[in-house]
Formats: sequence, structure tokens, C-alpha cells
Amino acid sequence: MLRTVIDLISLWALPSIILIILTVALIRKVAVYESFIEGAKDGVKVTVNIIPYLVAIIVAVSMLRASGVIESVSVMFSGILAKIHMPAEILPLAFVRSLSGSAALGVFSDIISNNDVNSYTSKLAAIMMGSSETTFYVLTVYFGAVGIKKYRYALLTGIIADLIGIVMAVIVARFFFL
Amino acid sequence: MNYIWYFLIVISVVFGAINGTLSEVVNAILSGTQLAVKIILTLLGIMTFWLGIMKIAEKSGIVEFLSKILRPAAKLIFPEIPADSKIIGDVAMNFSANALGLANAATPIGIKAISGMQELNKDKESASDSMCTLLAMNTAGFQLIPATVIAILAANGCENPTEIIVPTFIVTLTAFIGAILTAKIFKHIFPPQIIREEKDA
Repeated sequence: MLRTVIDLISLWALPSIILIILTVALIRKVAVYESFIEGAKDGVKVTVNIIPYLVAIIVAVSMLRASGVIESVSVMFSGILAKIHMPAEILPLAFVRSLSGSAALGVFSDIISNNDVNSYTSKLAAIMMGSSETTFYVLTVYFGAVGIKKYRYALLTGIIADLIGIVMAVIVARFFFL
Repeated sequence: MNYIWYFLIVISVVFGAINGTLSEVVNAILSGTQLAVKIILTLLGIMTFWLGIMKIAEKSGIVEFLSKILRPAAKLIFPEIPADSKIIGDVAMNFSANALGLANAATPIGIKAISGMQELNKDKESASDSMCTLLAMNTAGFQLIPATVIAILAANGCENPTEIIVPTFIVTLTAFIGAILTAKIFKHIFPPQIIREEKDA
């Protein structure tokens, strides 16, 4: 029942928004097609602005993943993690989810295929995955689009939000599923 | 960002040498650039489409309407943005798209919001407080229903994938509120450089 509702919302969210915007515009006698073209022209410029920022960060993150440092660090921390009921295999997900969305998805798929999908570990991984946003990517794209080079406290704030998310995910998962 | 970028690369090379993965690290430079181009191409289409749709939303008064009803809340979270600005409407739409899990729409709309903030920004190369708050909202990853994760769990034979909705919501809401509060506190710890220079002089 709940699944059907969620599927319906997921399916209809996007088309409803577009329909509402277009319908209101038509009622208000806005030239929809011409306005679309006018706004869409900025898309190319904005995207081109982002290229250098994105290449810089994606190459660095790709190198980091290839070096295997994330696995090395995870092994180092595994003893402490066991004490707080955080399975060691969750740690790479905790690291990688701030750096790369596709990598996080890969790690998440590994976790649920190596474990019972109904287990605590899988549920914790799912919560962590569902509550994450790729902090580095978001900062790069947003600041790249407007040419901001000094991020001030934006990155630190994003990392703190990620840490809050990781800690809360463990607390909440323990409460619900352990 | 200078140090972070430097350390990402230094750590990669050092650990590549220790782990014997140096050749993979070197290959990652090329594959990284290819991945970046792939993302850029996807982004180009999405960005063009949604900036077009947002122009329609702006001209039809939807953005302005959202700005008006959200003014009281916006004053608290974005005190630097003038009350009659349309930016708040963009921020509201960015937030709604995120909440509904429409990442593809959220990014271009968020870019429109940050472009508006850049017009008000005094130092064009340095992030303003509003921008840092907007990014705090976006990096916290707030969403009502983690539809993608539920779909993956279901596809892997999970008996009751929807039971992660409530815990995920609690986590993401805490991170979201925590992010905004953190940004509010850091605002005082890291003042913009222009103001710092004025104080020095």
C-alpha cells in the first residue's frame, strides 16, 4: 500500500511541477515557448563555467579512490567501529558518499549484495545512502556556475552536516533495527 | 579549497605508492577527466531544460508568489537578501525539488538562486553568507522519501523496504537543521575578507 503511494509520488512529482508551471503561465498569458528559449540560453554558459571546477574535483576524487586509501583507513578504524555497532564495511560508504554519488551507489550495492538485505548492516547502509548528498559535487557545481573561488566556511559546513548525518544514521538505525 | 585539493592529490599518490596502486592512480587522471566530461554533458541538457522552465515560472509570477509567502521564514534563514527579492522563490523551489527527490531539477534551480545571490555579492570571487547557507541546505540532502534507495532495496529482495523512510527522514532532517545552524555560527567565525580588511584599516 505505502509502496504504491511512494511509486505514484515518485512518478508524478516531476510532470505535475512542469504542468503547474506551464498552466499558470498560459493563464497569465506568458509566451511559454519564447520564455523557455530565453531562459534555456543561459544553460550553455552556466555549464561551460562549471567545467574547470568539475574536472579539478572529479580527477582528484578518482585518484583518491584508485589509490585504495579509503579501504586502508577503513581497516585502521574497524576496531573502534565494532564498539559502536558500526560494521566496518559501512565506513567506505560514509567516506565516499560526500565525494562521489556513483561511487557511493557502487559501495551501497556491494554492501547489500554481500549481506542479508534485511540485516541491520543493509538497513544502516540504506539510511546512510538515502540521507546523503554528494557534498563536494554540490559545492563544485554551484560555486563553479557563478565563478566563486573562495568557499569560506561552505565546505566545513557541508562536512559537519555529513558527520551529523553519519552519527545520526548509526543512532537511528540502532534504535529501529537492532 | 587550495589545501584540500592539494591533499586529495598528495594522499592519492602517497597511498598509491604504499598500496602498490600507483598505476591505477595515474590511470584515474584520464578516467577522471572522461567522467567529468560525461557529467558535464548530462548537466548541459538538464541545465538548459530547467533554466528554460524556470524562466517560465519567473515570468508567470510563481517564483514571486513563493517569495511572498515565504518571506517571514526567509528573513530568519537569509537575513542578507532584501525582502522584495525573487531569490527566495528560487530557493523555495530548489528546496521543494530536493524534498521530492528531484535532484535533476534541484541543481539548475539552485544555480538560478545562487546566481541571484552573486548579483548581491560584494566580493565576486568569495562566497557570501547567503550562498554558504544555500549550500548547507543542499549538501544536507534533505528529502521526504528516499525513492532510489527503496527501489534498490526492493530489487534486491528486501521484505519491507519502506521501513527505512521514517529513520531516513529523522537523519536527513537533523542533518538539514544542523547544517543551517552550523552555517549561522560559522558566519561569525569566518567573516568575509572585505569586512576583515575594513576592520584592519
